[in-house]
Amino acid sequence: MAELGLQENEFKNPVVHWIDARLPVFTAMHKEYRQFPTPKNFNYFWNFGALATVNLAIMIITGIFLAMNYNPSTAGAFDSVERIMRDVNWGWMIRYLHVVGASLFFVTVYVHIFRGLYYGSYKKPREMIWMLGVVLLLLLMATAFMGYVLPWGQMSFWGATVITNLFGAIPVVGHGIVTWLWGGFAVANPTLNRFFSLHYLLPFIIVGFLVLHIMALHTVGSNNPLGIDVKGPQDTLPFHPYYTVKDSVGVCVYLIVFAILVFFIPHQPLLMDPNNSIQANPLQTPSDIVPEWYFLPFYAILRSVPNKLGGVVLLFGSIFVLFFLPWLDTSPVRSCRFRPIMRWLWVLFVIDVFVLGYVGANRPVGIFILLGRIATVWYYIHMLIFLPLVGKLERPLPLPESISKSVLGGGALPSAAAARPMEKA
Amino acid sequence: MASSSEAATANSEGHAAEGAERRDFLKMVTLATAAVGVCAVAWPFIDSMNPAKDTIAAGSPIDVDLSQVAPGQQIVVLWREKPILLVNRPAEALKTLQSSAMINRLRDPDSRVLQQPPYADNWHRSVKPEWAVLVGICTHLGCLPQYFPNPSANTPVADWPGGYLCPCHGSKYDLAGRVWQGVPAPFNLPVPPYNFLDARTVRIGENPPNVTYSLNDIVQI
Repeated sequence: MAELGLQENEFKNPVVHWIDARLPVFTAMHKEYRQFPTPKNFNYFWNFGALATVNLAIMIITGIFLAMNYNPSTAGAFDSVERIMRDVNWGWMIRYLHVVGASLFFVTVYVHIFRGLYYGSYKKPREMIWMLGVVLLLLLMATAFMGYVLPWGQMSFWGATVITNLFGAIPVVGHGIVTWLWGGFAVANPTLNRFFSLHYLLPFIIVGFLVLHIMALHTVGSNNPLGIDVKGPQDTLPFHPYYTVKDSVGVCVYLIVFAILVFFIPHQPLLMDPNNSIQANPLQTPSDIVPEWYFLPFYAILRSVPNKLGGVVLLFGSIFVLFFLPWLDTSPVRSCRFRPIMRWLWVLFVIDVFVLGYVGANRPVGIFILLGRIATVWYYIHMLIFLPLVGKLERPLPLPESISKSVLGGGALPSAAAARPMEKA
Repeated sequence: MASSSEAATANSEGHAAEGAERRDFLKMVTLATAAVGVCAVAWPFIDSMNPAKDTIAAGSPIDVDLSQVAPGQQIVVLWREKPILLVNRPAEALKTLQSSAMINRLRDPDSRVLQQPPYADNWHRSVKPEWAVLVGICTHLGCLPQYFPNPSANTPVADWPGGYLCPCHGSKYDLAGRVWQGVPAPFNLPVPPYNFLDARTVRIGENPPNVTYSLNDIVQI
């Protein structure tokens, strides 16, 4: 078979066989999505990577069709979106899919991230997967922000004004950068044009980084709810059909939620701010400028600092600190199931982010100023103090001997045998 | 887990085959459901590329006032993004249309190919002999034929009887939009649906009462 440098393969279909001998895509798919040994103890939190991928596909497809009818100019943008809603066949549905999809994208990604935090998925050897994930998060945020500007409603315009002005806090070059971002003296037609261009480009950059994210995952293998290493074939299942089916169950539930939001409550204020149904007016600021819900925690951090540059630094720092998470967390135990202190700190951290989101949705007066400051400080204390310190002080619970034993009811070893698991790792 | 796999091995061969058939059935039902779902979701996206409601509304009939069009003059109006040619044909031009010298040059002098509504299926290809109403798009590759109404020995070509000449590939039509033989264009110029509201006003895009005809019906626009 291996004549003339052709790739050997065992596909029976002659066409598949012929192609694979010259371009082994079928072998690659077989290896990565059929055989790929996957820990047999995944819970449903492991669905969310697949859900985010499905969401990305939905956003790209609906976005391509929206772009067919969208007019990226300050004179025509708002009207063209209204035309999509009223005149274009099914335009209302395609736009609602895109709007709801934006919110659900962040839901899936945030669950995916907090799952990684709880089960220590960022730790060795998965640092690269994690850091690529942070890059994906930043790209997603940039894409979502620029997409929100495109309908050219009041929130589009004033959100763009506030966010681009953040860069004005940078010493010396700030004003130059802001003018450069705008392509003028304020958020205006050149800004809208470039945001449309970049909003169309970035999803494909995201696809590229997603491929790297998955390549890194398939190099070192998946983490699992126990956080212990796979010790052999008895601990794993082939990805297909076991996890394709499990992911399909999740996708069905997720599509049902998606459909309910699109067809019954697309105008829920969390999904669509009513102010954005008013055309952008550079001479009138809405009484409350609130970003979309998925930016609220970061917005709260920004506003809790009484200094412009300080607020901007803490805002961006709250995401950039994630790059260093694999080294900030000093515990060798991955899963918080076996970390009696960190699991509660994780719960508090989740609550903290929700508090930040709640604060971000309210005007910075009275109790919300204090609450925002406490929550911001807690965020950084968790990242910079708890993660390094608790890893050293905490005494983890005994780890199970293997995934297989744990799944089949073998249970954990007696605590004596598992003593000092930190030294074993 | 353990007990179910024991049960599976304990099954007789007949039971195993039955299980396999059931599994195949479930697999095919699942795939069929997914296929129907994909088609149902694909349709709105495909349909969104059809003309939108405002585009269709913008293609409503338009009224054209002909009172200022002198004999021999052509005016051009846009209807559904297409140039519609309206010509006030003088008596000499109508005579030329019926001359055997002209008819012998034509590919389809009797308008056998469906390129016009029934009320324009006549020697002058129009409702009123003097008024030509044509879609001014060459049936070859979509260029706009130019209007040369007057007979001439050398303009635009030798021995010109009057009509249309397409600048792209030299297709020729007479003043009723009938195509010549020996030119690349295959069919006569289309006639849009229209009717006269009164002696001076024509409505383009609407048939006379009790006629159904649209440009979608013709062989080639």
